[in-house]
Amino acid sequence: MDAFSVALVSGLACLAVFLATTDKGRRGLELALRSLWLHKLRSFLSMLGIIIGTSAVIILMAFGEGSERDVLEDIKRLGTTNIIIRSVKPPDDSNTNRRQMVATYGLTYSDLEVLATIPSITRLVPMRVFPQETRRSARSHNSRVVATVPQYAEVNDLTLVQGRFLVPDDDERMNNVCVLGQETAKSLFPFEEPLGSSVKLGEFVYVVVGILAERMPTGGTGGSQAAEDFNQDIYIPLQTARGRFGERIQIRSAGSRSAEKVDMHQITVTVEDIDKVRPTGEIIRSILGDTDRHPRQDWALTVPLDRLELVERTKANIRQSLGIYASISLLVGGIGIMNVMLATVTERTREVGIRRALGAKRSDITFQFLIETMVQTGIGGLLGVAFGVAYVFAHAALKTLPMAAMLFQDGSPSPILHVPSITWSLSTAVGVGVIFGIYPALRAAYMDPIEALRHV
Amino acid sequence: MADLPVARASRDDTGRHLTGWGSGHFAMTEVLRIESLHKRYSHDSSEVHALKGVNLVVKQGEFVSLMGPSGSGKSTLLNVLGCLDRPTEGSYHLGGEDVSRMGDDQLSSIRSRYLGFIFQQYNLLPQYTVVENIEIPLIYQGIRLDSESRARCVGLAELVGLGHRLDHRPMQLSGGQQQRVAIARSLVNRPQLILADEPTGNLDTKTSHEIMTLLSKLNMSGKTIVMVTHENDIAKWSKRIVRMRDGVIESDEDNTPDPIDESGPGLPMHLLEEAA
Ligand SMILES: Nc1ncnc2c1ncn2[C@@H]1O[C@H](COP(=O)(O)OP(=O)(O)OP(=O)(O)O)[C@@H](O)[C@H]1O
Ligand SMILES: [Mg+2]
Repeated sequence: MDAFSVALVSGLACLAVFLATTDKGRRGLELALRSLWLHKLRSFLSMLGIIIGTSAVIILMAFGEGSERDVLEDIKRLGTTNIIIRSVKPPDDSNTNRRQMVATYGLTYSDLEVLATIPSITRLVPMRVFPQETRRSARSHNSRVVATVPQYAEVNDLTLVQGRFLVPDDDERMNNVCVLGQETAKSLFPFEEPLGSSVKLGEFVYVVVGILAERMPTGGTGGSQAAEDFNQDIYIPLQTARGRFGERIQIRSAGSRSAEKVDMHQITVTVEDIDKVRPTGEIIRSILGDTDRHPRQDWALTVPLDRLELVERTKANIRQSLGIYASISLLVGGIGIMNVMLATVTERTREVGIRRALGAKRSDITFQFLIETMVQTGIGGLLGVAFGVAYVFAHAALKTLPMAAMLFQDGSPSPILHVPSITWSLSTAVGVGVIFGIYPALRAAYMDPIEALRHV
Repeated sequence: MADLPVARASRDDTGRHLTGWGSGHFAMTEVLRIESLHKRYSHDSSEVHALKGVNLVVKQGEFVSLMGPSGSGKSTLLNVLGCLDRPTEGSYHLGGEDVSRMGDDQLSSIRSRYLGFIFQQYNLLPQYTVVENIEIPLIYQGIRLDSESRARCVGLAELVGLGHRLDHRPMQLSGGQQQRVAIARSLVNRPQLILADEPTGNLDTKTSHEIMTLLSKLNMSGKTIVMVTHENDIAKWSKRIVRMRDGVIESDEDNTPDPIDESGPGLPMHLLEEAA
């Protein structure tokens, strides 16, 4: 908690202690509650602005927190020290060999070699990814072939339920081995033991050496990153893929047939230190940006860390607009309360006169009405906080209601309670009470007691 | 603030016996003294000269009626006496202290400690019960409300004959009963001076007489009372009648022996003394 919140909390605590323990405070509180209770509906209606304002702040902050957590989790999964370079099929592909319908683009083995010379890079994990039918006896499965190197496991934090992942030896010897994703394994081997069995991929037979644990599919994190379901994967050594499938890959989909020549679909670069992530990203950009190497923009570079900055910026924006929103709604709420208090003061002019005649000082009258306004905004704030917090916790349940689909987008974040927003909004509500209560209270206190007594 | 001299005066303080009105066996300490008091109200261009040089001394134990035609300045004078209003000119000493130069907070403090008010409209707070209404002056005296103060308020309610209506609200009481509550309230801070502006103005004759009996008994127990009234019938309960006309005192006459000396018991005198 920052110093500001500490100050707010201790201020509120002091006020609460004063109201609860001192004689004057208790009496003022009781008096305020009593006169508010006397006009329940009026008090509630005048509090409404504060209630809505406070609960909106709590709810919006909770959504802000929720989306921040989602993005942070994404970044963590992608790795904060990682840089991801992907091959991108240029939209206007004049270089396509139309006769053979072969699209040639993307990252090359030569790119990989050059990148390997950058000293700050500790790991380079290339991948080739293409859809291919996997067969086992009579069964077949439309899986996604991922041809990669052993370090892929480290980058993606893979856990195996059985066997092992690819090892360097597999790559060097171009072994026909494969590791199956959870779904692939289940669909090809519903009854048998997959480990040690063989599957057929294209023309060749591969021995299953490992099975992966189930992996959470990534949400589409926006931009160029599409949603991925790793459970349909089948992993083979990169060199094996190069040898068995060649440089061209035939893609059959929905009756049409196309081919592409792509050396690598993605390279995941790991940098030794988080501070060097951005400079390294710049170096890679300048290497790949060389027009001799890539005449067209057929690659894309993602630095997950950049998204962190984006999140911070977005959060600052949210806070700022929330601040404006909250100020406006609290201003409106405050004016509403002031209006009601002015009417109350006029209505109770005679009471003021009586109290003054019986010995009340101006400060006693000011205190009485000020406490009444503060109690009103304070209760409004508490109700708002209660509603906001209740909503945050009920959101998950609300989302399952049949009507909810219309209200919530599918990928929308679930709110997480932002605790400091409770103190902010509560103390702002009480502050609004002070600011908008002071004028009506002073007006009551500075009435002429004689005229006040004569008031009907 | 120092104690007012009247606070130390007692019925048997014959050593400080001063000349004055009254039955003679009370110590005749001055409760208030006003000298050449003027009050002007100015609104824009017009000016109303409500009090035009009033001199008045009221001593401990007196029961004064202020009479006079409408607009003669009775209420204005009573408001000044009650420290609700400040004189434009002249001096006002309450218990030896010059209150005409005091600030608002000091006047509030004087009101809460030395004065009791009874109004024509009773002026009870409608949201409070009988006991709570009686308690109000204690709050502004800074007295802690506890079982002791509560017992005192209940005692005063019993004194004015409302012991069975403690938890009623003003709306549930008759005018006479409300005025009794107001009288109990005016006593709770043990005031040196009780000010009443037409206390029977809204009541029928029978109830008026009940209220006047109560006030006389209070006076007999040592309370100093200044009361504004229009009715001779009411004024005759007091011991001194001051008549005003056009902002000045026209006449000032002794009204003893008062006719209620024979009105006999019926009021719990031990409670009255305790209240005083
Ligand atoms: N606030 C004020 N502003 C201007 N003039 C006032 C004010 N209060 C009283 N007066 C004037 O002062 C004069 C005395 O008024 P006051 O109320 O003292 O009369 P009163 O003797 O109490 O009359 P009543 O018997 O009708 O109550 C009147 O002429 C009245 O108009
Ligand atoms: Mg009058």
